[in-house]
Amino acid sequence: MVVQIAIPNSNSTVSVATGLFINNEFVPSVDKAEEPIKVYNPSTEEVLCTVTSASVKDIDVAVAAARKALKTTWGKNVTGFERARLINKLADLIERDAQTLAELESLNNGKPVKIARDFDIGDSVGCLRYYAGWADKITGQSIEIDRNMKVAVTHPEPIGVCGQIIPWNYPIQMWAWKVAPALAVGCTIVMKPSEITPLTALKLSELVKEAGFPPGVINTVPSLGSVGGAALASHKDVDKVAFTGSTITGRKIMEAAATSNLKKVSLELGGKSPHIIFESADIDQAANWAALGILYNTGQDCTAGSRLYVQDTIYDKFLSVLAGKAKELVIGDGFDESSGGGPVVSKGQYDRVWNYIDSGKKEGARVVIGGEKRSTPGYYVDATIFADVTPNMKIVKEEIFGPVLSVGKFHTEEEAIALANDTTYGLAAGLHSTDSSQCHRVSTALEAGTVWVNQYNVLYNNVPFGGKKQSGIGRELGSQALDEYISTKAVHWNYGEKLDWPL
Amino acid sequence: MSTTTFTHEFDTDSFKGKVSFATGIFIDGKFSAGASNTTIDVINPTNGKVITSIAEGTPADVDHAVQVAKRTFEQSWGLNVPGQQRGLLLNKLADLVEKHADEFAALEALDNGKTVFWAKVADLAISVDVLRYYAGWADKIHGQVIETSEDKLAYTRHEPFGVVGQIIPWNFPLMMMAWKIAPALATGNTIVLKPSEFTPLSALRMCALINEAGFPPGTVNVVVGYGNIVGQAMSEHMGIDKIAFTGSTLVGRKIMEAAAKSNLKNVTLELGGKSPNIVMNDADLEAAVNWSSHGIFWNHGQACCAGSRIYVQSQIYDQFLEAFTKKALSLKLGDPFAVDSYQGPQVSQVQYDRIMSYIDSGKQQGATVHLGGERHGTEGFWIQPTIFTDTTPDMRIVREEIFGPVGVVIKFEDEEDVVRQANDTMYGLAAAVFTKDITRGIQVAHRLQAGTVWVNCINQVHVNVPFGGYKQSGVGRELGEYALNNYTNVKAVHVNLGHTI
Repeated sequence: MVVQIAIPNSNSTVSVATGLFINNEFVPSVDKAEEPIKVYNPSTEEVLCTVTSASVKDIDVAVAAARKALKTTWGKNVTGFERARLINKLADLIERDAQTLAELESLNNGKPVKIARDFDIGDSVGCLRYYAGWADKITGQSIEIDRNMKVAVTHPEPIGVCGQIIPWNYPIQMWAWKVAPALAVGCTIVMKPSEITPLTALKLSELVKEAGFPPGVINTVPSLGSVGGAALASHKDVDKVAFTGSTITGRKIMEAAATSNLKKVSLELGGKSPHIIFESADIDQAANWAALGILYNTGQDCTAGSRLYVQDTIYDKFLSVLAGKAKELVIGDGFDESSGGGPVVSKGQYDRVWNYIDSGKKEGARVVIGGEKRSTPGYYVDATIFADVTPNMKIVKEEIFGPVLSVGKFHTEEEAIALANDTTYGLAAGLHSTDSSQCHRVSTALEAGTVWVNQYNVLYNNVPFGGKKQSGIGRELGSQALDEYISTKAVHWNYGEKLDWPL
Repeated sequence: MSTTTFTHEFDTDSFKGKVSFATGIFIDGKFSAGASNTTIDVINPTNGKVITSIAEGTPADVDHAVQVAKRTFEQSWGLNVPGQQRGLLLNKLADLVEKHADEFAALEALDNGKTVFWAKVADLAISVDVLRYYAGWADKIHGQVIETSEDKLAYTRHEPFGVVGQIIPWNFPLMMMAWKIAPALATGNTIVLKPSEFTPLSALRMCALINEAGFPPGTVNVVVGYGNIVGQAMSEHMGIDKIAFTGSTLVGRKIMEAAAKSNLKNVTLELGGKSPNIVMNDADLEAAVNWSSHGIFWNHGQACCAGSRIYVQSQIYDQFLEAFTKKALSLKLGDPFAVDSYQGPQVSQVQYDRIMSYIDSGKQQGATVHLGGERHGTEGFWIQPTIFTDTTPDMRIVREEIFGPVGVVIKFEDEEDVVRQANDTMYGLAAAVFTKDITRGIQVAHRLQAGTVWVNCINQVHVNVPFGGYKQSGVGRELGEYALNNYTNVKAVHVNLGHTI
């Protein structure tokens, strides 16, 4: 059950074990109820390999393994110091294998190898090290009640067995964001990577074993969302589910959690993030950031700045500068050194994005650049900018998840804020202005979990990240992510109070 | 520019190998001879002989170090380096110390006299852990954002002080260096460190590792010198923004005074103790005996938190004393490099004389020497594990810190009374309680005036649990998150967004 995948432009291959990773071993499905998953290369549209698809029964096996580990070798049975040591070891191993992991990521997801290696993997290693640093610093409180009678202490306990469901846009990085804080606190994990991009999660599982984590602490079960994802969300023995993906699926997960065992839920969902350019902005810099905001990762980013609002006094000028910037980005094969972006991840996404582009045209938006399909293989979508948009257009209201930008116009600051906040989403927002009071006013008014001032799309492992409104529940990154995996137990220790009875 | 090299061939049961490293005054990443070109002899406590001579630092060297540390802070350390990067370097240093752990343990044994076994199991293990622990804090130094009114953005920054002076003792040379430099570096300070003139070797060995780990030159500077010269110069230096000291209460006062008279630099002190160890009637006797022995005889009694006043409740007093005496007799005194040695020599002639003079005072004031009380061997500074009984509270051996393997065992009856006796001291570093009734242990613990109270254990530290003194045992806390406060200065930033006046 190990395949060899050829690395382009070289004579080497990378091996990938294609079974389910449970209890530190790659195993077949217990009932083979699900068809193996075909894994595609989005640049060539060809099948790279097939991997085992976990069935509902396989999920049971994985959850049982995670539960056993929690009770015996992990959870309260392991010190913070040991958790720190193991997470740091894992970070070191990922750093050691960065090139191979980047190549595998590029083959499966399409993003350029150099970006996968230097950004996705670099940040992921940093994320693991950041949370390794927290593992021995998770403290409760001692609370004075009555000196002679009692004392209260709180213990920050791990929530337990966590189902983690991650998307295909940053496979390795989303894996790290989920795994790191959960492990730091002492939770065990059943990880369901996206069925579109399962390969690096399987490869990382080998490193989990090599790092020395006890069996069952992390289990990896590629599966269809409707099978494995649904099974985890509704599982009676899973204590918490953490999901990153679409808002539609997020709702289903929360519903399944509610109807099953009221498991804790954290969600990191979609966005239609507004990006506001005020007239005082440094036009060239703002255009760079705006281009990054919609073109990074080929627009497949929950925080994509997909609604640009430009102040009317600079609208035409800015649009022309931005169009120029967008044209400079080379979207091509991930193994081509000159590529700054790759194809979208799958046929499904390709069709979806093109549907939105068509709807934009149909609803009367003006195509500034892009909007034309390529004739060569690969799920490529070139940078597409729509101008003269109105708030009711589908391309303005709905998340497209591709390199498709709509550019609206505003006159006053109040109008910009109103337009920006007019959405059920609330993940991120950006604004460019050299008026610092304006920066503060507007960043205070924007209804988003992350507001970027004079930049975009830059995150740090020690700064919390997450959505307001229907963009999510809970926060990742920073110290707050730990709270998502902690369940507090308060112990009231009475040593002096006698109870008079009856009352 | 002439530097000296210390070379030593170890051929012992605990360690075989050659060590060779540069010594001198370490400033700006380089070694040099001190400004006065004088040296200090490093003495081997097993035989009183000179191991080597190292450069002596002077106030002029302190000036130079401070100048360099300031420059480094402004240009290549401080907040110029993100916390994540500071953490990476500290982790790298931890890895290097771990890699050279055996060599360090042998050096500590040679220089300080502690056994290689304890150097490895305690000093080295904790040193590596503390560096890693604070590496993890480096990118987590958060200020707060505080809501006041709509037209104000108010937040705090926890900024490094700048140049911090650190003066460390001889009882755990490397470990004390790690406890000091780790939080200071994690928070972004640069350092001028004075190791003890009695035990400078492991600190000097660290210098090359600090370079190898990648810290910019001038981040950590090491000036070996005498306390009353170099230590004094640091305490009164106008360019040092904070001083941290571990040592005797007597010297701690001088440091605080010098700080007050110079530039009111921030001061943290970790000083002496005369820690009470209370054994209740319902203690687990065997455990209490073993821990109590660890409490006073570990590290040859040279621990600031030593449980040196052992209060035993009357019903188990006789049993305890008999078992405790047997335990003390079982401790093997011997060469620090012998694999079966428990206890090596005291660190120096001065300490030996001091301890022996306390033993004499105990004898003269009428206490009973229940065990020991004499030198061990004919060469070197070994002292027998010593137990005094039949003491009275006013005796010097009961009131003053001896810092040697000398315990006083005192009978008590009433719990109220023993808590009063335990607290009847100007010190307040630590305390211990032995009882099977945890509730009783907790209640007593809450009434003892000490910065650390051990229940059913003693002399056990964890790098994430704070440690420090009440009363005249100190100011501030080391270890844990609390130590970060020692090395950060809080700046509140008020940004007015609209209030007109």
